[in-house]
Amino acid sequence: MPRQLHLSAAIDSPGRFDAGHYADLARLAERAGLDFVTLDDSFTAEPRRPDALATLARIAPLTSRIGLVPTVTTTHTEPFHTSISLNTLDWVSAGRAGWLVGVSGTEAEAAAFGRRPVAPEDELWAEAADAAEVAARLWDSWEDDAEIRDAATGRFIDRDKLHYIDFEGRHFSVRGPSITPRPPQGRPVVVVPVAAADLARGASPGGRARVDTAVRYADVVLLDAPDRATRLTAATELRLRSGEQLRILARLDATLPDRAAELRLIAELAAIGTGVDGFHLVPAEPGRDLTALAERVAPALRATGLLRAGHSGRTLRDHLGLARPAGRYAVAGTGNATPAPTPTLAEVTR
Amino acid sequence: MTERPLKQIHLAAHFPGVNNTTVWSDPASGSHIEFESFRHLAQTAERGKFDFFFLAEGLRLRETNGRIHDLDVVGRPESITVLNALAAVTERIGLAATVNATFNEPYELARRFASLDHLSGGRAAWNVVTSSDAFTGENFRRGGYLDRADRYTRAAEFVELARKLWDSGDTRGFADTGDAEVRHAGRQFEVRGRLSLPRPPQGHPVVIQAGDSDEGREFAAATADVIFSRHSTLADGQAFHRDVKRRLAGYGRKPDELKILPAATFVLGDTDADAAERAAEVRRAQVGPQTTINHLEQVWGVDLSGHDPDGPLPTVDPDPDSALVQGRVRLPDPVGTAARWRALAAEKNLTSRELVIEVTGRQSFIGSPATVAGQIDHFVQNDAADGYILVPHLTPGGLDEFVDRVVPLLQERGVFRTDYTGPTLRDHLGLPVPGRR
Repeated sequence: MPRQLHLSAAIDSPGRFDAGHYADLARLAERAGLDFVTLDDSFTAEPRRPDALATLARIAPLTSRIGLVPTVTTTHTEPFHTSISLNTLDWVSAGRAGWLVGVSGTEAEAAAFGRRPVAPEDELWAEAADAAEVAARLWDSWEDDAEIRDAATGRFIDRDKLHYIDFEGRHFSVRGPSITPRPPQGRPVVVVPVAAADLARGASPGGRARVDTAVRYADVVLLDAPDRATRLTAATELRLRSGEQLRILARLDATLPDRAAELRLIAELAAIGTGVDGFHLVPAEPGRDLTALAERVAPALRATGLLRAGHSGRTLRDHLGLARPAGRYAVAGTGNATPAPTPTLAEVTR
Repeated sequence: MTERPLKQIHLAAHFPGVNNTTVWSDPASGSHIEFESFRHLAQTAERGKFDFFFLAEGLRLRETNGRIHDLDVVGRPESITVLNALAAVTERIGLAATVNATFNEPYELARRFASLDHLSGGRAAWNVVTSSDAFTGENFRRGGYLDRADRYTRAAEFVELARKLWDSGDTRGFADTGDAEVRHAGRQFEVRGRLSLPRPPQGHPVVIQAGDSDEGREFAAATADVIFSRHSTLADGQAFHRDVKRRLAGYGRKPDELKILPAATFVLGDTDADAAERAAEVRRAQVGPQTTINHLEQVWGVDLSGHDPDGPLPTVDPDPDSALVQGRVRLPDPVGTAARWRALAAEKNLTSRELVIEVTGRQSFIGSPATVAGQIDHFVQNDAADGYILVPHLTPGGLDEFVDRVVPLLQERGVFRTDYTGPTLRDHLGLPVPGRR
């Protein structure tokens, strides 16, 4: 049996503000058996669109398997809010949340917040890495079994299983713990966009910083490459630096106006032996193109064994074949919320 | 007294909170984090034709004596994200989130509420709260930077700016058009831009205000659509009602344009006696031995872990400058509060726990369904309130009985809607769509 593809799709639809439209697209992607959909975001007035995380939370109860990956930017936002919002997306979707990490590099966005001037891209991506670190620590700051509801001692939680994160960085410091218990996936899936040029010799400082962020924090990289040869080189380099657990999906145009285009896409997807794990499909007209994908392209791929038949698991990590991570504080067994020794639950109740 | 038409009651449902009103030890108590609990309570409230569903906020886990408070429910999701998901499983009920104006920025928050309003078809509400404490600030970029006196200055400018941003949306489809970019330069914010969304379906999401201070009341009179208060007796409620409604005229607003909705708990029983017995059980569950000590420590500001909750109040004097308890509102006058508590305990011969049960009881409607319906109606018709934000003590089933047994009686009295008459929260509250600025 051939290696199976991981597929995802963008459902960006400038000018659409009705939840039903996005729900329809996500259901088409779900029917096609895709791992996840992405929805881009920024703080610019154009393109016209609603908040991406809000939109995917809105459609979470209307879908059951598809992963939901909004862009959330790290430049003008609070890492604490970002962490709990993504955590909550994971709760309302029962383990289907991801995070497409983005930065805000425009004058317009800086002016909309009025708190700091535009910063160079390398600085923005270094800050994004800090935000990813904070988010992950906050997700881990509650151990999975922290809620005990022990009526005998009157304790709702075992507070030794909640942890301060004490992050101190150049742009912010965050004490923790999270206000939201650990999400169903342990940590939502972190997705970072990288261009092949960012990995090439002579890459810009911003590109290098983006790659560093991806290497340290990404579960999935969305890779932009102009051709197959470049894609292979970039994917190999990423894999060398990041390890086997990274899923690399190459961005691929999925404009599907007719049968010929569908056949070309099927052929392109079948040529998987180019160092990547699959593709992130970017439709031109999401309604039309995702319909073609669900009704004709995906069935053709399933027939050849390149695409799995439906979703075998429930969470986005299941779809991607990524393990649920153990919490860092639970593993360490130290760094407790308080240094004071307290009797364990067993000692108190027995 | 002159005849006037019956006032229509407004009702909201408060998801049980991270405090000791919520009884988690009851076998019927479910998850406070899984979506199913939120769905159940919101759908129950919608079945009861409630005006809105309400979520509170706390941006740092509470602590006592340097340790995370573990006696009450701990942990909550991010409110706006939950409300967006609830918009998918409800059709009419309003969706209200408490969000801090101190630890958020206007452009981002205005955009998030505009998105919720669009994605819910005009059902969004924002309960504006402010805080300035360094304790919560440790989770945020700015830290605890704001002087207490500046809290309402910031909140007022924040809301004003949010309204401008809501108006800045694409004007296509509206009669009045034009370049709507906001250029705001104020004491707290300097913002230039416009939102990426059309003006929200409600014009502006409903604005709720929860402070009870003089500045809070003035802020509500100037800009809020709903004020969330805590006035337990008929006389206190009437005084508050008169005071707040009087202030509206100063801002060119009519009394109907601000709804007063105090928080209220309730306990029902088949008879009044059954209800009273259940209410006493609920109070004992809400105020256990450890919670008693915790309440005393909030006032005394000293470690009372060795104190006997079933004995008399502590004999030591409170420490007015204590930082023992963090993450909740500190009483303004601990010494005076302790003196009043001692006097009350002496007068009624109460133990510490009995005293805490006595003084921490919020407004409660206790009785048979007929009694509770009658009490609520009486309070509203006599202008102690325009309705109530009901706080069940059980998640997620705590509102079921009220909706099944009390709502029909209010409907029979002709004081509560039998169905929604419009799609938006402003329709439910009888509030006009605000004009463009």
